[in-house]
Amino acid sequence: MIKTEHLTKHYGSLSAVEDVSFQVGPGEVLGFLGPNAAGKTTTMRMLAGFVTPTSGRASICGHDVEAEPLAAKAALGYLPEGAPTYGEMTVRHILAFVADLRALKGARREQRLAHVIERLQLGGVLDQTIETLSKGFRRRVGLAQAIVHDPPVLILDEPTDGLDPNQKHEVRTLINDMARDKIIVISTHILEEVDAVCTRAIIISRGRIVADDTPAGLAARSRYHNAVSMQLEQPGQLAGARDAVAALPAVAQVEVSERDARLTALPRSGATILPALSELAARQGFKLKELHLESGRLDEVFRSITA
Amino acid sequence: MRNVGIIMRRELASYFATPLAYVFILIFLVLANAFTFYLGGFYERGQADLDAFFTFHPWLYLFLIPAISMKLWAEERKSGSIELLMTQPVELWDAVLGKFLAGWIFTALALALTFPLWIAVNYLGSPDNGAILAAYLGSLLLAGGFLAIGSCMSALTRNQVVAFILGVAGCFVFLLAGFPLVLDVFRSWAPQALVDAIASLSFLTHFESIVKGVIDVRDLLYFAMLIGFFLLATTIALNLRKDL
Repeated sequence: MIKTEHLTKHYGSLSAVEDVSFQVGPGEVLGFLGPNAAGKTTTMRMLAGFVTPTSGRASICGHDVEAEPLAAKAALGYLPEGAPTYGEMTVRHILAFVADLRALKGARREQRLAHVIERLQLGGVLDQTIETLSKGFRRRVGLAQAIVHDPPVLILDEPTDGLDPNQKHEVRTLINDMARDKIIVISTHILEEVDAVCTRAIIISRGRIVADDTPAGLAARSRYHNAVSMQLEQPGQLAGARDAVAALPAVAQVEVSERDARLTALPRSGATILPALSELAARQGFKLKELHLESGRLDEVFRSITA
Repeated sequence: MRNVGIIMRRELASYFATPLAYVFILIFLVLANAFTFYLGGFYERGQADLDAFFTFHPWLYLFLIPAISMKLWAEERKSGSIELLMTQPVELWDAVLGKFLAGWIFTALALALTFPLWIAVNYLGSPDNGAILAAYLGSLLLAGGFLAIGSCMSALTRNQVVAFILGVAGCFVFLLAGFPLVLDVFRSWAPQALVDAIASLSFLTHFESIVKGVIDVRDLLYFAMLIGFFLLATTIALNLRKDL
């Protein structure tokens, strides 16, 4: 269990994090979202015991981060922002160093090291120094050190930053595999990641929590929730289609994209418009390339609550 | 204490993973010998001892030790690796001590590599080897004192050049604490007791008494307390602001 109560951090007169309270339980993957400089990293640093809160408390598995720092840190695997490590060290030495500090011994040490090296595909670069590695490899070394001791709680600050699409997929699979029995908090500004791995999302803006919901719940706040998007085969029909759709009583607004002959109908609140639209298209003889129901657009929700 | 060893070994290995270790040892040996023979008049003195060698150590250390200590914490801050280190289940004190010891062992190694001089002086005459051993100990303690001051200065900044300059300045004040250059600053306004206290903090006074071959408990205690004080100050500086 991760618990924060009224966590606040001020740097002089600048308020970085203001009164942040939340709890995360086992099996949850919490996505921490927010614009740059919103306070995501500062919050995570306070959870990891790297930044001392101005006021409020945080605890990891019941251990207060300030009062019992070693117990809290022992239960935690942490990937700092930018995955910093010692540039002159080889991957093998970094992982061994962290394994030693995590008090791994004997067969278990060997087994855990072999596991993270295989899982993050570091086998080929074990004897290369960190400064010769690409950004993607550095991130993976950072992830490997965070999970080497198999901690019950993981806090990962932008775990997929700098990775290519294949590596992103790998890391998301890794997070999903670990999600069953761990508590995981990741920060990201990639919204597709929330759908891909998170069971819950907190949006933070100017240091405050502005939304705390499931990804589906957040999407439902979108004005595109239950909107219907249709793409026409003949762009010439676009104007006529728009007028016909706008005339439907349940449709609140129609948006048109000339570029791909697409039309998006937004429903009045609570209304269901898909059947009416599909019937209209059949009746008026619109040739459709595509017709689909939107669940909501996270990026639009994100912008509307953080702007 | 286990973590002190782990952190110390990592730090020590990092010296040798970069040119730092080799450049430092080379320059240290060249300068130490040059001072001994040219400024110290090793041959001209006609005496089988290493006084000409040890006399210059404080001045050599004044610039070379801050060059080692400047990276202790400033580099960790700059590269961000301090966040990796500080979020491991490690007491801050263990990290401070481990990194300090790495620097100290490294200077001990550089110092040990001056052994050809010791062989030479034994070949040329019959020196008091007990006194030479005491002088080596004094030199090592002096290096430890400088390193501890440098460690504290390095913890205050993320800029290694600033850490170096602060380190040299801090070491300089302690080196000459018994001399008018430093004491005159205090003499005009401070009570005599304080002036005397400052004078008694002088590195040079304590170093020279050990180099003479007299190992006084008070001198050992002085260095131990000074090192302890500045390592504690390092810990406080780091604790105050880890994310500088």
